[in-house]
Amino acid sequence: MTEQTLQVEILRYRPETDQDPAFQTYTVPYRDDWVVLDALNHIKDNIDRTLSYRWSCHMAVCGSCGMMINGEPKLSCHAFLRDYYPNKVRVEPLANFPIERDLVAVTDDFMEKLESVKPYVIPQQERAVDEGPHLQTPAQLNAFKQYTMCINCLLCYAACPQYGLTPDFVGPAALALAHRYNLDTRDAGREQRQEIAASNEGVWDCTFVGECSQACPKSVDPAAAIQQTKIASTIDWYKALLNPWGKR
Amino acid sequence: MSRKPYLRKMPKSWWLARRSYTSYMARELSCVFIGAYSLLIVVGLHRLSQGRDEYGAFLDALQSPLSLVFHAAALVFALIHTVSWFSLAPKAMPLQIGEKKLSGGPVVLAHYAVWIVVSAGVLLVARI
Amino acid sequence: MAKSNKPIVWSLFAGGGMLSAFVTPVLIFVTGLAVPLGLMSLDSLSYDRMLVLAQNPVGKIVLFAVIFLPLWHAAHRLLTTLHDVGLPKGRIAMTACYGAAALGSIAAAVVLLRI
Ligand code: SF4
Ligand code: FES
Repeated sequence: MTEQTLQVEILRYRPETDQDPAFQTYTVPYRDDWVVLDALNHIKDNIDRTLSYRWSCHMAVCGSCGMMINGEPKLSCHAFLRDYYPNKVRVEPLANFPIERDLVAVTDDFMEKLESVKPYVIPQQERAVDEGPHLQTPAQLNAFKQYTMCINCLLCYAACPQYGLTPDFVGPAALALAHRYNLDTRDAGREQRQEIAASNEGVWDCTFVGECSQACPKSVDPAAAIQQTKIASTIDWYKALLNPWGKR
Repeated sequence: MSRKPYLRKMPKSWWLARRSYTSYMARELSCVFIGAYSLLIVVGLHRLSQGRDEYGAFLDALQSPLSLVFHAAALVFALIHTVSWFSLAPKAMPLQIGEKKLSGGPVVLAHYAVWIVVSAGVLLVARI
Repeated sequence: MAKSNKPIVWSLFAGGGMLSAFVTPVLIFVTGLAVPLGLMSLDSLSYDRMLVLAQNPVGKIVLFAVIFLPLWHAAHRLLTTLHDVGLPKGRIAMTACYGAAALGSIAAAVVLLRI
Protein backbone atom coordinates (compact mmCIF):
# COMPACT_ATOMS: atom_id res chain seq x y z
CA MET A 1 0.00 0.00 0.00
CA THR A 2 1.38 3.39 -0.91
CA GLU A 3 1.77 5.84 1.88
CA GLN A 4 -0.84 8.55 2.26
CA THR A 5 0.62 12.01 1.90
CA LEU A 6 -0.42 15.59 2.45
CA GLN A 7 0.80 18.81 0.87
CA VAL A 8 1.90 21.59 3.14
CA GLU A 9 2.29 25.06 1.68
CA ILE A 10 4.55 27.23 3.80
CA LEU A 11 5.17 30.95 3.53
CA ARG A 12 8.95 31.31 3.48
CA TYR A 13 11.00 34.41 4.07
CA ARG A 14 14.76 34.43 4.33
CA PRO A 15 15.81 37.98 5.05
CA GLU A 16 19.33 37.55 3.61
CA THR A 17 18.10 36.52 0.17
CA ASP A 18 14.36 37.19 -0.19
CA GLN A 19 12.81 40.49 -1.13
CA ASP A 20 9.28 39.21 -0.42
CA PRO A 21 7.95 36.09 1.25
CA ALA A 22 6.82 33.30 -1.07
CA PHE A 23 5.07 29.97 -0.67
CA GLN A 24 6.96 26.71 -0.88
CA THR A 25 5.15 23.39 -1.00
CA TYR A 26 6.31 20.24 0.76
CA THR A 27 4.85 16.77 0.67
CA VAL A 28 4.73 15.02 4.03
CA PRO A 29 3.42 11.62 5.11
CA TYR A 30 -0.10 11.79 6.48
CA ARG A 31 -0.84 10.33 9.92
CA ASP A 32 -4.18 10.91 11.53
CA ASP A 33 -2.60 11.57 14.93
CA TRP A 34 -0.23 14.20 13.56
CA VAL A 35 -0.66 17.89 14.13
CA VAL A 36 0.67 20.60 11.82
CA LEU A 37 3.71 20.98 14.07
CA ASP A 38 4.57 17.30 13.48
CA ALA A 39 4.49 17.96 9.76
CA LEU A 40 6.81 20.95 10.22
CA ASN A 41 9.18 18.86 12.32
CA HIS A 42 9.14 16.17 9.64
CA ILE A 43 10.08 18.75 7.02
CA LYS A 44 12.82 20.18 9.19
CA ASP A 45 14.28 16.76 10.04
CA ASN A 46 13.98 15.07 6.65
CA ILE A 47 13.37 17.53 3.83
CA ASP A 48 14.59 21.06 4.46
CA ARG A 49 16.76 22.01 7.40
CA THR A 50 16.53 25.71 6.61
CA LEU A 51 12.90 26.01 7.69
CA SER A 52 12.48 28.22 10.79
CA TYR A 53 9.60 28.22 13.24
CA ARG A 54 9.09 28.39 16.99
CA TRP A 55 7.82 25.66 19.25
CA SER A 56 8.63 24.11 22.56
CA CYS A 57 6.04 22.12 24.48
CA HIS A 58 4.01 20.36 21.77
CA MET A 59 1.06 20.42 24.19
CA ALA A 60 -0.63 23.84 23.98
CA VAL A 61 1.09 25.17 27.08
CA CYS A 62 4.09 27.25 26.07
CA GLY A 63 2.32 29.47 23.57
CA SER A 64 5.21 29.70 21.12
CA CYS A 65 3.85 27.83 18.09
CA GLY A 66 1.05 30.14 16.96
CA MET A 67 0.65 30.35 13.16
CA MET A 68 -1.96 31.07 10.54
CA ILE A 69 -3.23 27.71 9.37
CA ASN A 70 -5.45 27.99 6.32
CA GLY A 71 -5.93 31.62 7.28
CA GLU A 72 -6.97 30.96 10.87
CA PRO A 73 -4.75 31.74 13.85
CA LYS A 74 -4.03 28.40 15.56
CA LEU A 75 -1.50 26.68 17.74
CA SER A 76 0.28 24.41 15.28
CA CYS A 77 0.66 21.79 18.02
CA HIS A 78 -3.10 21.79 18.42
CA ALA A 79 -4.21 21.69 14.78
CA PHE A 80 -4.66 18.11 13.57
CA LEU A 81 -3.85 17.18 9.99
CA ARG A 82 -6.96 15.01 9.93
CA ASP A 83 -9.09 18.14 10.03
CA TYR A 84 -7.59 19.23 6.69
CA TYR A 85 -6.73 15.98 4.92
CA PRO A 86 -6.87 15.32 1.96
CA ASN A 87 -6.77 19.05 1.15
CA LYS A 88 -3.50 20.83 1.43
CA VAL A 89 -2.63 22.87 4.46
CA ARG A 90 -1.39 26.44 4.11
CA VAL A 91 0.85 27.67 6.92
CA GLU A 92 1.83 31.32 7.39
CA PRO A 93 3.35 33.26 10.26
CA LEU A 94 0.91 34.97 12.65
CA ALA A 95 -0.97 37.78 10.93
CA ASN A 96 -0.53 41.40 12.02
CA PHE A 97 3.08 40.88 13.13
CA PRO A 98 6.23 41.51 11.08
CA ILE A 99 7.99 38.37 9.86
CA GLU A 100 11.44 37.73 11.28
CA ARG A 101 12.11 34.62 9.18
CA ASP A 102 9.80 31.97 7.68
CA LEU A 103 7.16 31.24 10.31
CA VAL A 104 8.79 33.27 13.06
CA ALA A 105 6.96 36.49 13.90
CA VAL A 106 8.45 39.57 15.56
CA THR A 107 6.56 39.92 18.83
CA ASP A 108 8.52 42.68 20.59
CA ASP A 109 5.57 45.05 20.25
CA PHE A 110 3.40 42.77 22.34
CA MET A 111 6.10 42.28 24.95
CA GLU A 112 6.35 46.04 25.46
CA LYS A 113 2.59 46.39 25.72
CA LEU A 114 2.35 43.50 28.13
CA GLU A 115 4.92 45.15 30.38
CA SER A 116 3.16 48.50 30.14
CA VAL A 117 -0.01 47.19 31.81
CA LYS A 118 1.96 45.91 34.83
CA PRO A 119 0.75 42.32 34.79
CA TYR A 120 1.61 41.47 38.37
CA VAL A 121 0.03 42.02 41.78
CA ILE A 122 0.70 45.52 43.07
CA PRO A 123 -0.22 45.29 46.75
CA GLN A 124 -1.53 48.21 48.77
CA GLN A 125 1.25 47.58 51.24
CA GLU A 126 4.26 45.31 51.01
CA ARG A 127 3.70 42.23 53.14
CA ALA A 128 6.48 40.82 55.22
CA VAL A 129 7.01 37.09 54.83
CA ASP A 130 6.14 36.38 58.46
CA GLU A 131 2.71 37.95 57.97
CA GLY A 132 1.89 34.74 56.10
CA PRO A 133 0.12 34.24 52.82
CA HIS A 134 -2.44 36.71 51.53
CA LEU A 135 -5.53 34.55 51.57
CA GLN A 136 -8.18 34.53 48.91
CA THR A 137 -11.45 32.60 48.80
CA PRO A 138 -12.29 30.31 45.87
CA ALA A 139 -15.06 32.73 44.90
CA GLN A 140 -12.57 35.60 44.76
CA LEU A 141 -10.21 33.46 42.69
CA ASN A 142 -12.91 32.39 40.26
CA ALA A 143 -13.78 36.00 39.51
CA PHE A 144 -10.58 36.28 37.47
CA LYS A 145 -9.30 32.75 37.04
CA GLN A 146 -10.10 32.46 33.32
CA TYR A 147 -7.82 35.42 32.59
CA THR A 148 -4.88 33.72 34.31
CA MET A 149 -4.93 30.98 31.68
CA CYS A 150 -3.32 33.17 29.02
CA ILE A 151 -0.20 31.62 27.48
CA ASN A 152 0.79 34.72 25.46
CA CYS A 153 0.40 32.83 22.20
CA LEU A 154 -0.83 35.97 20.42
CA LEU A 155 -3.50 34.18 18.41
CA CYS A 156 -5.85 36.91 19.63
CA TYR A 157 -3.64 39.64 18.14
CA ALA A 158 -3.48 37.78 14.85
CA ALA A 159 -7.27 37.50 14.86
CA CYS A 160 -7.88 41.15 15.69
CA PRO A 161 -8.42 43.46 12.69
CA GLN A 162 -8.20 46.52 14.92
CA TYR A 163 -4.66 45.57 15.91
CA GLY A 164 -3.87 45.14 12.22
CA LEU A 165 -5.36 48.55 11.40
CA THR A 166 -3.99 50.41 14.43
CA PRO A 167 -0.69 48.92 15.57
CA ASP A 168 -0.69 51.20 18.63
CA PHE A 169 -3.74 49.41 20.02
CA VAL A 170 -2.71 47.75 23.28
CA GLY A 171 -4.63 44.67 22.18
CA PRO A 172 -6.56 41.73 23.61
CA ALA A 173 -4.16 39.66 25.73
CA ALA A 174 -2.48 42.64 27.43
CA LEU A 175 -5.83 44.22 28.25
CA ALA A 176 -7.19 40.90 29.49
CA LEU A 177 -4.20 40.57 31.80
CA ALA A 178 -4.66 44.11 33.08
CA HIS A 179 -8.25 43.18 33.87
CA ARG A 180 -7.08 39.97 35.55
CA TYR A 181 -4.94 41.89 38.05
CA ASN A 182 -7.55 44.60 38.53
CA LEU A 183 -10.00 41.91 39.62
CA ASP A 184 -7.55 40.32 42.04
CA THR A 185 -8.48 41.06 45.65
CA ARG A 186 -4.79 41.22 46.61
CA ASP A 187 -4.12 43.96 44.11
CA ALA A 188 -4.32 47.73 44.42
CA GLY A 189 -2.72 48.71 41.11
CA ARG A 190 -5.79 49.41 38.99
CA GLU A 191 -5.20 53.13 38.79
CA GLN A 192 -1.70 52.61 37.42
CA ARG A 193 -2.96 50.16 34.81
CA GLN A 194 -5.83 52.42 33.81
CA GLU A 195 -3.23 54.91 32.56
CA ILE A 196 -2.76 52.53 29.65
CA ALA A 197 -5.97 50.50 29.60
CA ALA A 198 -8.34 53.49 29.64
CA SER A 199 -6.31 55.57 27.17
CA ASN A 200 -7.34 56.00 23.55
CA GLU A 201 -4.94 53.25 22.54
CA GLY A 202 -6.29 51.03 25.29
CA VAL A 203 -9.79 49.60 25.30
CA TRP A 204 -11.18 52.43 23.14
CA ASP A 205 -9.54 51.14 19.97
CA CYS A 206 -11.58 47.96 20.34
CA THR A 207 -14.77 47.73 18.26
CA PHE A 208 -15.83 44.40 19.77
CA VAL A 209 -15.18 42.30 16.72
CA GLY A 210 -15.00 39.42 19.18
CA GLU A 211 -12.57 37.35 17.11
CA CYS A 212 -9.92 37.37 19.84
CA SER A 213 -12.15 35.30 22.06
CA GLN A 214 -12.96 32.93 19.19
CA ALA A 215 -9.27 32.41 18.44
CA CYS A 216 -8.09 31.96 22.02
CA PRO A 217 -7.06 28.34 22.68
CA LYS A 218 -7.38 28.84 26.44
CA SER A 219 -10.91 30.34 26.69
CA VAL A 220 -9.50 33.49 28.19
CA ASP A 221 -12.20 35.62 26.49
CA PRO A 222 -10.26 38.87 26.12
CA ALA A 223 -13.25 40.50 24.41
CA ALA A 224 -15.20 40.19 27.65
CA ALA A 225 -12.33 41.68 29.66
CA ILE A 226 -12.12 44.65 27.30
CA GLN A 227 -15.87 45.19 27.33
CA GLN A 228 -15.93 45.16 31.14
CA THR A 229 -13.00 47.58 31.23
CA LYS A 230 -14.88 49.94 28.90
CA ILE A 231 -17.86 49.94 31.22
CA ALA A 232 -15.77 50.44 34.37
CA SER A 233 -13.76 53.23 32.71
CA THR A 234 -16.96 54.95 31.63
CA ILE A 235 -18.30 54.80 35.18
CA ASP A 236 -14.98 56.29 36.39
CA TRP A 237 -15.30 59.08 33.86
CA TYR A 238 -18.80 60.07 34.96
CA LYS A 239 -17.81 59.81 38.61
CA ALA A 240 -14.91 62.19 37.99
CA LEU A 241 -17.30 64.52 36.18
CA LEU A 242 -19.76 64.57 39.07
CA ASN A 243 -17.04 64.90 41.65
CA PRO A 244 -14.21 66.95 40.13
CA TRP A 245 -12.61 67.41 43.52
CA GLY A 246 -12.45 63.70 44.29
CA LYS A 247 -9.22 61.79 43.94
CA ARG A 248 -8.58 60.81 40.36
CA MET B 1 23.45 38.72 11.40
CA SER B 2 21.44 41.72 10.36
CA ARG B 3 17.70 41.70 10.73
CA LYS B 4 15.20 42.68 8.08
CA PRO B 5 11.69 42.09 9.44
CA TYR B 6 9.07 41.94 6.72
CA LEU B 7 5.88 43.91 7.20
CA ARG B 8 2.77 42.60 5.49
CA LYS B 9 0.13 45.15 4.55
CA MET B 10 -3.42 44.59 5.62
CA PRO B 11 -5.56 44.71 2.48
CA LYS B 12 -8.44 47.21 2.46
CA SER B 13 -10.75 44.30 1.75
CA TRP B 14 -9.68 42.41 4.89
CA TRP B 15 -13.28 42.09 5.97
CA LEU B 16 -14.00 39.86 2.99
CA ALA B 17 -11.17 37.49 3.87
CA ARG B 18 -13.01 35.57 6.57
CA ARG B 19 -16.68 34.83 7.08
CA SER B 20 -16.60 36.07 10.66
CA TYR B 21 -15.14 39.40 9.53
CA THR B 22 -17.86 39.74 6.92
CA SER B 23 -20.62 39.20 9.44
CA TYR B 24 -18.90 41.72 11.71
CA MET B 25 -19.06 44.19 8.84
CA ALA B 26 -22.76 43.45 8.28
CA ARG B 27 -23.33 44.18 11.96
CA GLU B 28 -21.42 47.45 11.70
CA LEU B 29 -23.32 48.46 8.54
CA SER B 30 -26.56 48.24 10.50
CA CYS B 31 -25.65 51.69 11.80
CA VAL B 32 -26.31 53.24 8.39
CA PHE B 33 -29.91 52.06 8.49
CA ILE B 34 -30.46 52.79 12.16
CA GLY B 35 -29.09 56.33 11.72
CA ALA B 36 -31.13 56.93 8.57
CA TYR B 37 -34.26 55.69 10.28
CA SER B 38 -33.71 58.06 13.21
CA LEU B 39 -33.41 60.96 10.78
CA LEU B 40 -36.55 59.75 8.99
CA ILE B 41 -38.50 60.01 12.25
CA VAL B 42 -37.26 63.60 12.60
CA VAL B 43 -38.58 64.33 9.09
CA GLY B 44 -41.90 62.70 9.95
CA LEU B 45 -42.26 64.80 13.08
CA HIS B 46 -41.37 67.90 11.11
CA ARG B 47 -44.14 67.09 8.60
CA LEU B 48 -46.48 66.45 11.52
CA SER B 49 -45.72 69.90 12.91
CA GLN B 50 -46.50 71.47 9.53
CA GLY B 51 -50.10 70.23 9.46
CA ARG B 52 -52.52 67.54 8.39
CA ASP B 53 -51.90 67.71 4.64
CA GLU B 54 -48.14 67.75 4.89
CA TYR B 55 -48.21 64.79 7.25
CA GLY B 56 -50.56 63.00 4.87
CA ALA B 57 -48.03 63.49 2.09
CA PHE B 58 -45.34 61.99 4.35
CA LEU B 59 -47.51 58.92 4.97
CA ASP B 60 -48.07 58.61 1.22
CA ALA B 61 -44.35 58.78 0.63
CA LEU B 62 -43.90 55.87 3.04
CA GLN B 63 -45.92 53.77 0.59
CA SER B 64 -43.56 54.42 -2.32
CA PRO B 65 -41.57 51.41 -3.56
CA LEU B 66 -38.33 53.15 -2.65
CA SER B 67 -39.46 53.60 0.93
CA LEU B 68 -40.65 50.01 1.16
CA VAL B 69 -37.33 48.68 -0.13
CA PHE B 70 -35.43 50.89 2.29
CA HIS B 71 -37.52 49.77 5.25
CA ALA B 72 -37.27 46.10 4.29
CA ALA B 73 -33.47 46.39 4.17
CA ALA B 74 -33.46 48.46 7.35
CA LEU B 75 -35.50 45.80 9.14
CA VAL B 76 -33.03 43.08 8.13
CA PHE B 77 -30.09 45.13 9.38
CA ALA B 78 -31.90 46.18 12.55
CA LEU B 79 -32.48 42.49 13.29
CA ILE B 80 -28.79 41.76 12.67
CA HIS B 81 -28.03 44.49 15.19
CA THR B 82 -30.48 43.09 17.73
CA VAL B 83 -29.28 39.51 17.47
CA SER B 84 -25.58 40.46 17.60
CA TRP B 85 -26.15 42.88 20.47
CA PHE B 86 -27.93 40.27 22.55
CA SER B 87 -25.37 37.59 21.79
CA LEU B 88 -22.54 39.81 23.06
CA ALA B 89 -24.42 41.08 26.11
CA PRO B 90 -23.15 38.37 28.51
CA LYS B 91 -19.56 39.47 27.91
CA ALA B 92 -20.40 42.85 29.39
CA MET B 93 -22.26 41.37 32.35
CA PRO B 94 -20.36 38.49 33.92
CA LEU B 95 -22.43 36.73 36.54
CA GLN B 96 -21.09 34.80 39.46
CA ILE B 97 -23.03 33.28 42.32
CA GLY B 98 -20.72 32.26 45.14
CA GLU B 99 -17.89 30.32 43.56
CA LYS B 100 -19.71 29.50 40.37
CA LYS B 101 -19.43 31.60 37.22
CA LEU B 102 -22.72 31.46 35.38
CA SER B 103 -22.91 30.80 31.66
CA GLY B 104 -24.14 33.58 29.40
CA GLY B 105 -27.21 31.68 28.16
CA PRO B 106 -29.74 33.03 30.68
CA VAL B 107 -28.57 36.62 30.10
CA VAL B 108 -29.17 36.24 26.36
CA LEU B 109 -32.57 34.64 26.93
CA ALA B 110 -33.57 37.43 29.31
CA HIS B 111 -32.78 39.96 26.60
CA TYR B 112 -34.93 38.09 24.10
CA ALA B 113 -37.78 37.88 26.61
CA VAL B 114 -37.72 41.63 27.20
CA TRP B 115 -37.46 42.21 23.45
CA ILE B 116 -40.57 40.13 22.77
CA VAL B 117 -42.52 41.96 25.48
CA VAL B 118 -41.43 45.39 24.22
CA SER B 119 -42.18 44.53 20.60
CA ALA B 120 -45.58 43.08 21.48
CA GLY B 121 -46.30 46.19 23.53
CA VAL B 122 -45.50 48.50 20.63
CA LEU B 123 -47.61 46.42 18.24
CA LEU B 124 -50.51 46.47 20.69
CA VAL B 125 -50.36 50.21 21.24
CA ALA B 126 -50.13 50.80 17.50
CA ARG B 127 -53.29 48.77 16.90
CA ILE B 128 -55.48 50.37 19.54
CA MET C 1 -0.92 58.84 28.12
CA ALA C 2 -3.69 61.36 27.77
CA LYS C 3 -6.88 60.79 29.63
CA SER C 4 -9.49 59.73 27.13
CA ASN C 5 -12.83 61.42 26.61
CA LYS C 6 -14.13 58.41 24.72
CA PRO C 7 -16.50 57.52 27.57
CA ILE C 8 -18.91 60.31 26.54
CA VAL C 9 -19.56 59.02 23.06
CA TRP C 10 -19.14 55.42 24.07
CA SER C 11 -21.86 55.64 26.70
CA LEU C 12 -24.19 57.15 24.08
CA PHE C 13 -23.14 54.39 21.68
CA ALA C 14 -23.85 51.69 24.22
CA GLY C 15 -27.11 53.21 25.44
CA GLY C 16 -28.27 53.78 21.88
CA GLY C 17 -27.28 50.29 20.86
CA MET C 18 -29.25 48.82 23.71
CA LEU C 19 -32.36 50.90 22.98
CA SER C 20 -32.09 50.21 19.26
CA ALA C 21 -31.75 46.50 19.79
CA PHE C 22 -35.05 46.46 21.67
CA VAL C 23 -37.20 48.95 19.75
CA THR C 24 -35.84 49.67 16.26
CA PRO C 25 -36.98 46.46 14.55
CA VAL C 26 -40.57 46.77 15.69
CA LEU C 27 -40.69 50.50 14.91
CA ILE C 28 -39.36 49.94 11.40
CA PHE C 29 -41.83 47.13 10.94
CA VAL C 30 -44.83 49.22 12.00
CA THR C 31 -44.01 52.57 10.39
CA GLY C 32 -42.13 51.43 7.33
CA LEU C 33 -43.79 48.15 6.36
CA ALA C 34 -46.95 47.09 8.20
CA VAL C 35 -48.85 50.37 7.91
CA PRO C 36 -47.72 51.37 4.40
CA LEU C 37 -48.49 47.85 3.12
CA GLY C 38 -51.90 47.83 4.80
CA LEU C 39 -51.09 44.98 7.18
CA MET C 40 -52.03 47.40 9.93
CA SER C 41 -54.62 50.13 9.77
CA LEU C 42 -53.54 53.56 8.64
CA ASP C 43 -55.13 54.85 11.86
CA SER C 44 -52.11 53.56 13.77
CA LEU C 45 -50.07 56.46 12.41
CA SER C 46 -52.95 58.89 11.87
CA TYR C 47 -52.37 62.63 12.13
CA ASP C 48 -54.55 62.99 15.23
CA ARG C 49 -52.93 60.13 17.09
CA MET C 50 -49.40 61.19 16.31
CA LEU C 51 -50.17 64.76 17.27
CA VAL C 52 -51.46 63.65 20.67
CA LEU C 53 -48.28 61.62 21.16
CA ALA C 54 -45.95 64.43 20.09
CA GLN C 55 -47.75 67.04 22.17
CA ASN C 56 -47.73 65.00 25.34
CA PRO C 57 -44.66 65.79 27.49
CA VAL C 58 -43.95 62.13 28.18
CA GLY C 59 -44.49 61.37 24.49
CA LYS C 60 -41.97 64.06 23.59
CA ILE C 61 -39.38 62.53 25.88
CA VAL C 62 -39.99 59.05 24.51
CA LEU C 63 -39.79 60.27 20.92
CA PHE C 64 -36.64 62.23 21.63
CA ALA C 65 -34.96 59.24 23.28
CA VAL C 66 -35.88 56.98 20.37
CA ILE C 67 -34.30 59.45 17.94
CA PHE C 68 -31.36 60.77 19.95
CA LEU C 69 -29.77 57.62 21.36
CA PRO C 70 -29.87 55.45 18.21
CA LEU C 71 -28.61 58.42 16.20
CA TRP C 72 -25.50 58.74 18.37
CA HIS C 73 -25.10 55.00 18.39
CA ALA C 74 -25.13 55.07 14.58
CA ALA C 75 -22.75 58.04 14.34
CA HIS C 76 -20.16 56.42 16.56
CA ARG C 77 -20.38 53.07 14.82
CA LEU C 78 -20.20 54.75 11.43
CA LEU C 79 -16.99 56.47 12.46
CA THR C 80 -15.32 53.23 13.49
CA THR C 81 -16.64 51.49 10.37
CA LEU C 82 -15.19 54.18 8.11
CA HIS C 83 -11.88 53.53 9.80
CA ASP C 84 -12.36 49.80 9.27
CA VAL C 85 -12.68 50.26 5.51
CA GLY C 86 -9.57 52.38 5.29
CA LEU C 87 -10.42 56.00 6.07
CA PRO C 88 -7.81 57.50 8.36
CA LYS C 89 -8.93 58.36 11.88
CA GLY C 90 -9.03 62.11 12.09
CA ARG C 91 -10.85 65.29 12.73
CA ILE C 92 -12.72 65.36 9.42
CA ALA C 93 -14.42 62.00 9.78
CA MET C 94 -15.07 62.66 13.45
CA THR C 95 -16.63 66.06 12.83
CA ALA C 96 -18.78 64.70 10.02
CA CYS C 97 -20.16 61.76 12.02
CA TYR C 98 -20.65 63.41 15.40
CA GLY C 99 -21.68 66.69 13.76
CA ALA C 100 -24.43 64.97 11.82
CA ALA C 101 -25.68 63.32 15.01
CA ALA C 102 -25.59 66.65 16.85
CA LEU C 103 -27.52 68.41 14.10
CA GLY C 104 -30.07 65.61 13.95
CA SER C 105 -30.53 65.75 17.72
CA ILE C 106 -30.99 69.52 17.69
CA ALA C 107 -33.48 69.30 14.84
CA ALA C 108 -35.42 66.65 16.74
CA ALA C 109 -35.48 68.77 19.89
CA VAL C 110 -36.59 71.89 18.05
CA VAL C 111 -39.38 70.11 16.16
CA LEU C 112 -40.62 68.39 19.32
CA LEU C 113 -40.62 71.62 21.29
CA ARG C 114 -42.56 73.45 18.59
CA ILE C 115 -45.31 70.88 18.00
S1 SF4 D 1 -5.66 35.71 25.44
FE1 SF4 D 1 -5.74 33.65 24.55
S2 SF4 D 1 -5.21 33.96 22.38
FE2 SF4 D 1 -4.54 35.79 23.47
S3 SF4 D 1 -2.40 35.43 23.99
FE3 SF4 D 1 -3.62 34.75 25.77
S4 SF4 D 1 -3.98 32.56 25.42
FE4 SF4 D 1 -3.28 33.41 23.45
S1 FES E 1 4.40 24.12 21.07
FE1 FES E 1 3.87 25.02 23.01
S2 FES E 1 1.90 25.79 22.59
FE2 FES E 1 2.34 24.73 20.75
